[in-house]
Amino acid sequence: MARIIVVTSGKGGVGKTTTSAAIAMGLAKKGHKTAVIDFDVGLRNLDLIMGCERRVVYDFINVINGEASINQALIRDKNCNQLYILPASQTRDKDALTLEGVGRVLEELAKEFKYIVCDSPAGIEKGANLALYFADDAFVVTNPEVSSVRDSDRMLGILASKSRRAERNEEPVREYLLLTRYDPNRVKSGEMLGLDDVQDILSLQLLGIIPESKSVLTASNAGIPVILDEKSEAGLAYQDVVARYLGEDRPHRFIDDKKGFFRKLFGGRL
Amino acid sequence: MLNSSSVLEFKSTTFFTPILILNTNDIAAIEQTLQEKISMAPDFFKHSPLVIDVRELNKSELDFSVTEIVETLRRIGLFPIGLRGGTEQQNSQAQKLSIPVDAGRDHDAGAAAQHDRRAAVATDAGAENPAAESMNGEDKSPKAAATAASATAGLTAQSAVPVQPVRTMLVTQPVRSGQRIYAPGDLVVMSQVSAGAEIMAEGNIHVYNTLRGRALAGVQGNTSARIFCLDLQAELVSIAGDYKTSEHITKAIQKKPVQIYLQDHALIINEIA
Ligand SMILES: Nc1ncnc2c1ncn2[C@@H]1O[C@H](COP(=O)(O)OP(=O)(O)O)[C@@H](O)[C@H]1O
Ligand SMILES: [Mg+2]
Repeated sequence: MARIIVVTSGKGGVGKTTTSAAIAMGLAKKGHKTAVIDFDVGLRNLDLIMGCERRVVYDFINVINGEASINQALIRDKNCNQLYILPASQTRDKDALTLEGVGRVLEELAKEFKYIVCDSPAGIEKGANLALYFADDAFVVTNPEVSSVRDSDRMLGILASKSRRAERNEEPVREYLLLTRYDPNRVKSGEMLGLDDVQDILSLQLLGIIPESKSVLTASNAGIPVILDEKSEAGLAYQDVVARYLGEDRPHRFIDDKKGFFRKLFGGRL
Repeated sequence: MLNSSSVLEFKSTTFFTPILILNTNDIAAIEQTLQEKISMAPDFFKHSPLVIDVRELNKSELDFSVTEIVETLRRIGLFPIGLRGGTEQQNSQAQKLSIPVDAGRDHDAGAAAQHDRRAAVATDAGAENPAAESMNGEDKSPKAAATAASATAGLTAQSAVPVQPVRTMLVTQPVRSGQRIYAPGDLVVMSQVSAGAEIMAEGNIHVYNTLRGRALAGVQGNTSARIFCLDLQAELVSIAGDYKTSEHITKAIQKKPVQIYLQDHALIINEIA
């Protein structure tokens, strides 16, 4: 059975696309056949981060409209043959995405793939709603600041009521928290919320904390998902995220190197 | 051919009905008092359904005829739709008039409860099995549990209009920003209510967690409704339309367990010690 994962947040610029690319690569590297879909029609950038922008012929909308088959549109990743990318269209408008069309594409992908990662656009409009509608699991990407947490909370409400699982009264979408762009020094100085502040409001299962790291920008400029950078703390944190999602028990790291702070921060919550 | 679901549908729901508690068997006095009340609020009483409560009469062992009371009420434009606290004989009179009988929640009503054991048992079964239900919907209207229908079916089998007790809605999932919940009776929330969420109840609201959003109790005008919460950080609290926003909630009671009620149109927020 395929599992559909939506990477969502409400707010833009928090790291959804970075996360989608990283976890899709991570799952594929573990041997699971994985597809990652860019739902951000008009603002496509997943292909850039995956480094396949010059190989795009057909896109998601072409497949929905029946102008191309899925196999024509899927791009095999250059680093991992278990990973495929379905890019968004840069030229169409968002209305080209339809519930019926998205459903059809996902159903077809589900026959071949173990994991389907949906990179959601920002906002709570149609694109974001369609990206989450069919999800089995949701990775809620949140930055440690009030507005991002609030938007994530809003997304969780939509997941709980507007997803297909909610509408069909099935087992609810599994929700996981990914706290990204986490800067321990700014948390300490009070500029950013700590994990406990975020969890006070969201209370979700924590899949990982991704530190703010220059390597993320370097990786996206190179078109190689940061999870492949063994020297990057963000990359290693994403590896942990994938391992935890697959059921491994790993301690959280890269939160702070100062002793005592770790314990204080988590207060037994983890 | 039509399948059965296109012909009709059963939906269980809950609604408020005024209860007319009779303290005298003097029909003329009852009629006159009711006429006066109706003339004060004709819109409210016109064609109003009501449940007749005769427990007091039976307690004081006053003699009366159910038929006579029902006819009087109908003559002045009211619609009796239920009898409560009647004896076996009174109940059978009511049923002849197509008026359902409710012995519900009557455990201390002595004679009446004993006389209608069957009905009392049916209501108990409902009480053990409350319509506890998880609500998660954005703008989803509250659905009453099927148990509500089955619990009352026993006492209303012979009648057209079931009188259902208003039930408590239980929410166990977090109420997230942007979600709204409406309870036609009391509302009990076990999880947090986020900022930007809105919970409303015609009855009381209990939040056994942090309340950060908006909570409105007694939304149909019930001024005796109350709000209870373990950790008050609400954006707004309201009872029967009287409200306070967070900027008017004093620091001293913020983040405290509180109860909120109305006293002479003033919203009182007290810490629960
Ligand atoms: N952990 C991180 N450390 C530093 N920069 C990050 C991190 N995660 C994301 N970014 C940067 O933030 C910006 C937005 O990221 P992106 O993944 O496109 O967000 P979204 O898809 O939510 O809009 C990009 O410039 C990206 O390089
Ligand atoms: Mg993006």
